[in-house]
Amino acid sequence: MKRSVSNKFAPYVILTIALLLAAAPLTFAAPPQMPRFRFENFTTANGLPDNHVYAVLVDGDRIWAGTENGLAVYENHAWKTYTTKDGLAHRAVLSLARDSRTGDVWAGTMGGLSRISGGRIDSYTQLTSGLSNDVVYGVSVEGENVWVATAAGGCRLNTRTGQWTLYNERNTPMVEIWVYGVSATPTKVYYAVWGSGILEYDQKTGRWDKYDDPDSENEIVLFKDQGLVHEIVTSVSFVDNILWVATYFGNSRYDGRYWHNFLTKDSGLPSNFTNVVKGVDANRAWFGTDKGLAYYDGANWAVYSPSLTDGKPEMTVRDAEGKVTPVAVTTAPAHNYILGIDLQGDDIWVATAKGLSHGIRQR
Amino acid sequence: MNGRIQAKWCAGVAVLTAALLTFAFWPAVNHPVRADESDQNYASPLEVLLSPDDARLYVLCQESEEVRVLDAASHAVLKNIAVGRVARGFSLSSDGARLFVANSWDDSLSVIDTRTLAVVATWPVGAEPSSVVEDHAGKWLFVANRISNDVAVLNAQTGVEEKRLASGRGTSYLAISPDGSRIYATHVYPNPTRVRSELDNRTAPESEITVIDATRAVVVDRIPLHGLAGVFHIAISADGRLGVAAGLHPKNLVPLAHLEHGGGFADTLTLFGADVGQPVEVPLDELERYASRPFGVAIAPDKSRIYVTSSGSEMVTVIDVPRLMRFIHAQPHAQPVSFARDLSASANYVVTRIAVGHDPRGLALANDGGRLFVANRLEDTVSVIDTRANRVASTIALAGPKTISVLRRGEQTFYTSRYGFQGQIGCASCHIDNTFDAVSWDLEPDGMGRDIVDNKTLEDIKGTEPYKWNGGNPDIPTECGPRTEKYFWRSENYDNATLTALAVFVRGLPARPNRWRQANGELTPAQDRGKDLFERAQDQFGKPIPESNRCSYCHSGPKGTSQRSFDVGTRKPTDNTGLLDTPQLTNIALTAPYLHDGSARTLEEIWTVYNPDDKHGRTNDLTKDELNDLIEYLRTR
Repeated sequence: MKRSVSNKFAPYVILTIALLLAAAPLTFAAPPQMPRFRFENFTTANGLPDNHVYAVLVDGDRIWAGTENGLAVYENHAWKTYTTKDGLAHRAVLSLARDSRTGDVWAGTMGGLSRISGGRIDSYTQLTSGLSNDVVYGVSVEGENVWVATAAGGCRLNTRTGQWTLYNERNTPMVEIWVYGVSATPTKVYYAVWGSGILEYDQKTGRWDKYDDPDSENEIVLFKDQGLVHEIVTSVSFVDNILWVATYFGNSRYDGRYWHNFLTKDSGLPSNFTNVVKGVDANRAWFGTDKGLAYYDGANWAVYSPSLTDGKPEMTVRDAEGKVTPVAVTTAPAHNYILGIDLQGDDIWVATAKGLSHGIRQR
Repeated sequence: MNGRIQAKWCAGVAVLTAALLTFAFWPAVNHPVRADESDQNYASPLEVLLSPDDARLYVLCQESEEVRVLDAASHAVLKNIAVGRVARGFSLSSDGARLFVANSWDDSLSVIDTRTLAVVATWPVGAEPSSVVEDHAGKWLFVANRISNDVAVLNAQTGVEEKRLASGRGTSYLAISPDGSRIYATHVYPNPTRVRSELDNRTAPESEITVIDATRAVVVDRIPLHGLAGVFHIAISADGRLGVAAGLHPKNLVPLAHLEHGGGFADTLTLFGADVGQPVEVPLDELERYASRPFGVAIAPDKSRIYVTSSGSEMVTVIDVPRLMRFIHAQPHAQPVSFARDLSASANYVVTRIAVGHDPRGLALANDGGRLFVANRLEDTVSVIDTRANRVASTIALAGPKTISVLRRGEQTFYTSRYGFQGQIGCASCHIDNTFDAVSWDLEPDGMGRDIVDNKTLEDIKGTEPYKWNGGNPDIPTECGPRTEKYFWRSENYDNATLTALAVFVRGLPARPNRWRQANGELTPAQDRGKDLFERAQDQFGKPIPESNRCSYCHSGPKGTSQRSFDVGTRKPTDNTGLLDTPQLTNIALTAPYLHDGSARTLEEIWTVYNPDDKHGRTNDLTKDELNDLIEYLRTR
């Protein structure tokens, strides 16, 4: 009897088990494999001239850190700091770029633009040169041109002729002239304009175009993915013909035809307030927000930060379905307020409000 | 018949009048240069080079625009090869198959096949290429550009420029280390200095040796040369452990009254490399035996001797390297050190001084170190020195005019230091290659510490009189004659013929090509906007600008000077007057610093810093864009 009963239900049991097994990946699926790092943090305690780090630049084996109190370079396990005594335009270094052809490093500061070349620093200010303004938020080098984002518009220095060309409300569609970032490539140059969207310069035609938030300056998004997420743009990164955009109210990706916006409510961003974006390729990008470092791989998100409540290291992964999974970690970036990002192979360097972090990729 | 008589009478009067005028104004600057003189085609050998097997001697002749190829043993001419204007440097490819010539006024390189001795290509480069070196792999050519202050990196096979490396101001001379790993670059004008004095006009110059990784073609180091303004050739020893650069060390922070004590210039060598540790600057001068304007340098293959040409003193100085090393190492130094002010130092290492021809420049040493060839630029000869005997064994006369024209005599006078007090200095000590030195000086005629003056270029000064910043000298003979004789030479006057020749030479100096002008002669939109601002009569608020406060009023005429004096509000407490002669604008982009005392480091600073009251033209209403446009236009002048 018992045997007959068990025989009778056996197919259902087997089916149930099979269904459970089939559903198991959905129910108990491991979070997607996102990059994991061991963060080593640098502060004034181990050689950095200041804990406020605005920018970081990877230069082969050297690391440049733009701090509030000088430009520091990390080489052979030691920091060296350049100051105004060495010719730096100002002690507060806001932005960094490398000329890949010459190896020169360009530093945007609160008091002008500096070039570091073979240990010599040449500085350009609004009084001594054609630089539009001394507050240099962004710098990008393409070919023989240095593109600069300043508090009074953008400008371009032709290093061959020494000619400065200024871009502002008088000769571009720029409405506001507070330019926060710039990304220059052989085909296009993009300016991130605080309050005036994105300016696009076509290197071939010399023409300007402009991208605005369709909702204007309203801090709402009426229709998802209808255009640039917000007018207050803080950073741009143009890579593989994809434009990655950071704003204080979310981020955007633009492929030349379609926009895709990222907000905390529908992405893995820890905060809409984003200071910096660093595109890796057409699908992947890093975002520096006021609540941590975020990575997007085209489907999934990972966030790295010290806890906002107790400061303990945290990492979370959000999969494409929106499921958030904490990942046990023992290290995190030096601070949740991220200002700069650069990549060194699989490693990442992060400029934060309280130190510089080296994320060493773990396998 | 009457007509013929009248014509003869008129001709006679004309001749008599001309004779009277000539007598009245002798030595006048307007002394005519006879056609047979001005048309003299001198060779003016500037540099020499031996083929790898020492069989051929290549001579770079700047004025005749040729490379003359000689048999190095018989000195017979094998071929003359036409190159470009004002060729300034040349070198052989790493395999010896090609000879590259830098044509500085054509912005080009001539590529010569050393087998056929023919120019096989002319490659455009820029701006004002002055020296060229190929890396040992034959991958890149490095070209020193004097005007753009950089080293261009060209594909050595195609001549296509790949990038430019920032180097010193007036980058002009290159050398490659024997192992091919490093390129060293020097420059003839000092770098802009960060140091500001109380009145912004009294700083010692700063220069550098730019060190380039020849494999990666990037700048990897800059060796500081404190106090130097005008650094010329550089040589590296065969073992790569000793580098030597020839330079001028102006003593511009003291009044030139100290000339009696060697206070004008120190003529020095800077040594660097493993043999010396931190760089060391050593003087070539000795009290009353100065080695004015060191230019070319060679190191013996066995590193026993250093040879240096002194173009002003017209000699080659021979240095004993072991003794030099003993002198240096007797005074250990952890930081760069200079003995430039020690006139007793050179006795420790100078073996002898060998007199050669007028304006000796480049030199070349045979592989065995036994023969040293020296190009005597203003004598059209090459001295061949027997280095074992330390004497001139023979002199190779290059084919050319046998007579000395007025212009030539003037040029020789300009470039020699024989008239200077104790032979210390000559015109060219401050006016490098007829230009300037970018240094501010205290010339004591106006009082010690008074009237600090920036040195101006001499190119294209015809028709810009009066001279001096205060307009005190009405013409070139006055400028070059009594003033120079009294305050610079102190010991010897020019005779009339020499002064006339000098004045004719100076007056005839042409302007180099302006690199900011477009080939078609048209202005760019920015330059065009700047021209409108230069000539405007109304400010941005619609108010009329008084004529005397318009750019184009004081800077009028083809050379940008009204030849009148104005007070533009730049007088310093140490200046005797604020009334200043209006400087010409010819090639103004090249001649920083600006204003009478050199206090404005850039063109921008003239108006952003030193024009608070709009006395130097109405400019404070301009936006930054507009000021940039104005400067873009000025660069075309």
